[in-house]
Amino acid sequence: MEIQNSKSPAEKMNALNTIRNSINKVLNFIRNYFSEVPLLGWFIGALTAVLLEQLVGRLIALSLGLPKIPILFGFVTMLKHPYLIPSTILYMLIVYILPIVSIARLTVPITNWLAGKLLVLPIIISVIIHLGLLYLIMHLWSGISDYRVLMLKFTLIAVMVTLSLNVVNGYMGEFSCSHPGFMALGAYGASICTVVLFVDDSMFGPALLPPAIGPFMFPVALIVGGCLASVGAFLVAIPSFRTRGDYLAIVSLAFTFIVKSLIENLEIIGGPRGLSSQPNWANLPSIFICAVVCVWIINNFVRSTLGKALNAVRDDEMAANVMTVNTRRTKMTAFLFAAFWAGVAGGLLAHVLRYVNPGTFGIQKLAEVLAMVYFGGLNSIQGSILGAIGFNILSEALRPLAIYKWIIIPSMLILIMIFRPTGLLAFKEFDVKKIISPKQKQKKEVQNVIASN
Amino acid sequence: MKFFLQNMINALQWGSFYSLIAIGYSMVYSILMLFNFAHGDIFMVGAYIGFGITTLIIGICAASAIVLPIWLILPLIIIISMFLTSFVGMFVERVAYRPLRTAPRASAAITGLMIGIVFETVILAMLGAKRVSFPALIPSVTFNVGGVFITNQKIMIVLVSLGLMFALHQFIKRTKWGMAMRAMSFDFGVVPLMGVSINTMAALTFAIGSALASAAGILYGIAYPVLDPYMGIKYGWMAFVAAILGGRGSVMGAALAGFLLGFIQIFVAMIFPSTLRDLIAFSIIIIILTLRPHGFFGEAYSARLRL
Repeated sequence: MEIQNSKSPAEKMNALNTIRNSINKVLNFIRNYFSEVPLLGWFIGALTAVLLEQLVGRLIALSLGLPKIPILFGFVTMLKHPYLIPSTILYMLIVYILPIVSIARLTVPITNWLAGKLLVLPIIISVIIHLGLLYLIMHLWSGISDYRVLMLKFTLIAVMVTLSLNVVNGYMGEFSCSHPGFMALGAYGASICTVVLFVDDSMFGPALLPPAIGPFMFPVALIVGGCLASVGAFLVAIPSFRTRGDYLAIVSLAFTFIVKSLIENLEIIGGPRGLSSQPNWANLPSIFICAVVCVWIINNFVRSTLGKALNAVRDDEMAANVMTVNTRRTKMTAFLFAAFWAGVAGGLLAHVLRYVNPGTFGIQKLAEVLAMVYFGGLNSIQGSILGAIGFNILSEALRPLAIYKWIIIPSMLILIMIFRPTGLLAFKEFDVKKIISPKQKQKKEVQNVIASN
Repeated sequence: MKFFLQNMINALQWGSFYSLIAIGYSMVYSILMLFNFAHGDIFMVGAYIGFGITTLIIGICAASAIVLPIWLILPLIIIISMFLTSFVGMFVERVAYRPLRTAPRASAAITGLMIGIVFETVILAMLGAKRVSFPALIPSVTFNVGGVFITNQKIMIVLVSLGLMFALHQFIKRTKWGMAMRAMSFDFGVVPLMGVSINTMAALTFAIGSALASAAGILYGIAYPVLDPYMGIKYGWMAFVAAILGGRGSVMGAALAGFLLGFIQIFVAMIFPSTLRDLIAFSIIIIILTLRPHGFFGEAYSARLRL
């Protein structure tokens, strides 16, 4: 008598394939359903969602049985109080998912028409309107609590750091461990600039310039920090001419240790005790503007000829040299440019925390920054943004698990590395015009082709 | 002069720790061409395994009133913990590196870093944040040789590590597996064509490297009896630097570079204020790498034209 439940390998493969096919069908259905929604539609949907939360969020939360509005999309609430999971999911559906999805889909004719009209004007107007909407969404979302403001600030700073590391690691293919050093230099450079010049401090004495003009000099202080980090990048760039990838890792690691040790030994700026009393000038609008400028400039850099030279140096340095790419100048430019933005991000971090000490810029910061880049994806702007946002949200959402957070996050990253070794969204182009343009419904035969693939 | 000799003894001791760990890094780097950033944490796990075995054996001896002589306990502990830590190394290879053998090397480096973090967190979760102290095995006897004070612990550490390195050298030079390892470091792609399985060789390399790291961990525990979960980061990365200084393709070069790094650190601390130790030691390393980019005994980087 044959045993009934034994399946041949072919049948097992068929079962797996049918599951995979059905998941693909669902995903394709969702993708097609929302393929017509332009970015403007999503923003308007998100705007209504955060307005809804501002106005009636607390009421809805209390009526569902939640003690207060879930702070971070309900993740923390679900982990801390598992009995509240149904209420949290309901809250997320009512306040976030349903408004966004329904309004985005319903306003498709209006938003497509509007996006089309905006494209006729110079593209800068459309971009500014989109960014203004995005800032409004962030402002309203974070109006609920200070924790959200801090989260947003840290995430935007992480976006800048991840982008600058992607320039070196992703676009140029060098494994560089020097970014904590660049951030430290930028943080201390900007802090010293601000504290010495504008703050009456116990360590440095009275302010040298009137504190009233301070907030306008804040960008100058950040640029000074960035330039200091760039000067430090010389120490990494010059050995990089002679050493290949493996040895560059050591040189950049040595650079990080040197910077950390140097700061710890300079008693005049506080040494291991750190530097505090930075003024409170790093508010959400200024960090948002810095992040937007960073994305814009880095995107232009990697799409330019110099950026393509970075890719050439990564793919085959000797061939690039033969094809008139000046590899030394390319490497130097890439390191200095990336160091500048890492320095600016470090300066912003110092002013958000209003305290900086050399211990924060060690091996753990290196592991975090590398994790963000490889999580999101190499050689792509969207990848860096996704990596920074995803890693930060994950890190905050799993906080109630205490020490086990640091088992789950590395394991997830290991799985991502095994299945997609270059990251989730690697090697994509960030085309601004394509992102803000009105979307058209894809023709039927194209849909079928995509579905069958 | 006495001061100099005293520091020389210290440098030899530190050099033996760095060498044993650096050999593990260098073997994996030469044979499999990847950086094993988890090796420092394997050193830490090896030290903790040694601590566990020691307390176990001392407990058994106390409970059953068997008195084992010192010269039996210590090698027993070292051998058992080397054996157990080699499984940890093979686990790391199987989980983190084998699926990524065809992937870009940077991804494998990230995976290694992440497994290192997992090890640290597991030990932290299992044993708590309190530092554990390694039980004292050898009563400390200090010899006074012409004004220089040498403890028997230091002598034993240096002798044990030199013995292990000699054993490894003989293994690589005389056995068939050693020959296979040398062949893999010479030309990676030809070895499977000659009937040697890369998976076996990779597992063996990691096993030997982890065993040596565990020996270093136990010796470190004997010299400085306080263990904490983050010691792998400190000493592992220093030993990584030593492995690179030694150069690719040369395991004994890594051992010599480990001793050199120990000397640099101790003598820099001797001459300059000790807070500047890291700063000056790493500056010296950058200078060495700028002048001789492929390490002391490594092969020069020769680019092959792929047509």
